[in-house]
Amino acid sequence: MQKTIITVVGKDAVGIIAKVCTYLSNNQCNIEDISQTITGGFFNMMLIADISASTKRFSEIRHELHQIGDEIGVTIHVQREEIFDKMHRL
Amino acid sequence: MINISEVFETNKMIEKENFDVRTITMGISLLDCISDDSATLREKVRERILMRAERLVAVGNEIGEDYGIPIVNKRISLTPAALVTASSAKSEEDLVLYAKMLDDCAREVGVNFIGGFTALVSKGMTPADELMIRSIPEALSVTDRVCSSVNLASTKQGINMDAVRLMGTVIKETALKTADRDGLGCAKLVVFCNAPDDNPFMAGAFHGVTEADTVINVGVSGPGVVKAVLEDCRDDDFETLCETIKKTAFKITRVGQLVAREASVRLGYPFGIVDLSLAPTPAVGDSVADILREIGVDEAGAPGTTAALALLNDQVKKGGLMASSFVGGLSGAFIPVSEDQGMIEAVERGALTLEKLEAMTCVCSVGLDMIAIPGNTTAETISGIIADEMALGMINQKTTAARLIPAPGKDVGDRVMFGGLLGHAPVMAVNSFGCDRFIRRGGRIPAPVHSFKN
Repeated sequence: MQKTIITVVGKDAVGIIAKVCTYLSNNQCNIEDISQTITGGFFNMMLIADISASTKRFSEIRHELHQIGDEIGVTIHVQREEIFDKMHRL
Repeated sequence: MINISEVFETNKMIEKENFDVRTITMGISLLDCISDDSATLREKVRERILMRAERLVAVGNEIGEDYGIPIVNKRISLTPAALVTASSAKSEEDLVLYAKMLDDCAREVGVNFIGGFTALVSKGMTPADELMIRSIPEALSVTDRVCSSVNLASTKQGINMDAVRLMGTVIKETALKTADRDGLGCAKLVVFCNAPDDNPFMAGAFHGVTEADTVINVGVSGPGVVKAVLEDCRDDDFETLCETIKKTAFKITRVGQLVAREASVRLGYPFGIVDLSLAPTPAVGDSVADILREIGVDEAGAPGTTAALALLNDQVKKGGLMASSFVGGLSGAFIPVSEDQGMIEAVERGALTLEKLEAMTCVCSVGLDMIAIPGNTTAETISGIIADEMALGMINQKTTAARLIPAPGKDVGDRVMFGGLLGHAPVMAVNSFGCDRFIRRGGRIPAPVHSFKN
């Protein structure tokens, strides 16, 4: 299991979730949790995905999601889960 | 499971508050490279460094990308040069060639600093130690990435005043040899009392003889993060203040521990320590002085500053200690002048003097750091300032240090520019009364009574 945290931040627009989720589905990444808020027209989403079944490496997924973010005008970060786990859990 | 607010809290620290891992420092032992021929020694050391540190920078960058946290510096610390070169170096020239070889290695593997042009002389100097120390001005003037340190004192052994006197001269010469760059050589030269063997931060990093063959040490940072959380408890009492700093230090250090463990696994060398220092940079919002202001003093240096720094340093340690199994190095708050925008402002506004900084070093992790003083300050006065700082460390059983830059041709009111991480600094006033007779006495100051614990 390789859990990955994907965050999307940017101006709200139609189809942001669809774009990201389609990419993940096409690359065999299973979405385990998804939450989002919109504050002041700004879109914040966090998504926990298991990428262990994907044929692509972590760095490729990160790179391609960055590109998708650029295309739709939002910032997408892809990080391994441990940094959050270590920081916020004993 | 991790929730959205925790994720955004971490990412805000990284993106808005300058949270980063300041350095992954690979400590490499050179003891088995020792040879009685200078050229052979240089070749063996070169091979050792290139082999061990070949992947250091790439792995550091890779970890940074995986976790989305900048790992700003990748560095190397080495066994003190005075020990390694003792049986081969016949002249200062041999040591300068050794330093140049280190500089080339650093460039080749892509690290921005390489530490360990070091001598440990807290009780006495061997001829090899003295030769190495005398070669420092030339060595630092012909290299860019080599950092030099000299341990002059310890609680167990007292203060080697002969070496303190010598370092006054060496610092002056180093500044003069790099006069065209505002005395930049001195920014890469630090003197210590109670120097730690596992410090990952430059300029004082070296790989002590008590260490294993190759180890991975990590220095975390995050003054901006501490400052940001304190903005939310401006009117709270000290208990809440301390609790907030402690929790933040814990979070920061846990990331350092994660990176250190990961670097150790990926590079295949054991993890040494995490150094939980709050290390500022000249970037806006990455300042220890800003934290002191947030705690409640108008400027760093105002009355109350030493107490504020003491509590900050202590809470950082308390929070950090629980976050890492092995804490070491300097671990505390750094208060360099040139590398901290808030400190620079405090000096420029007349709030912060050399004497106040000296008092602050009693309660924080290092010492008089990156302080530009007038170029006409005498070698004896520099030695006097160093001796004071060494005495603080010796008596208080802590690490203290001095990194002073007698800026050639500059006086109070002028400024020195180093650029990059080393920043810029206003030239600070030095007490004009002399201490020549004190420095010229020669010999050692004995170890204090509380060093005898056997």
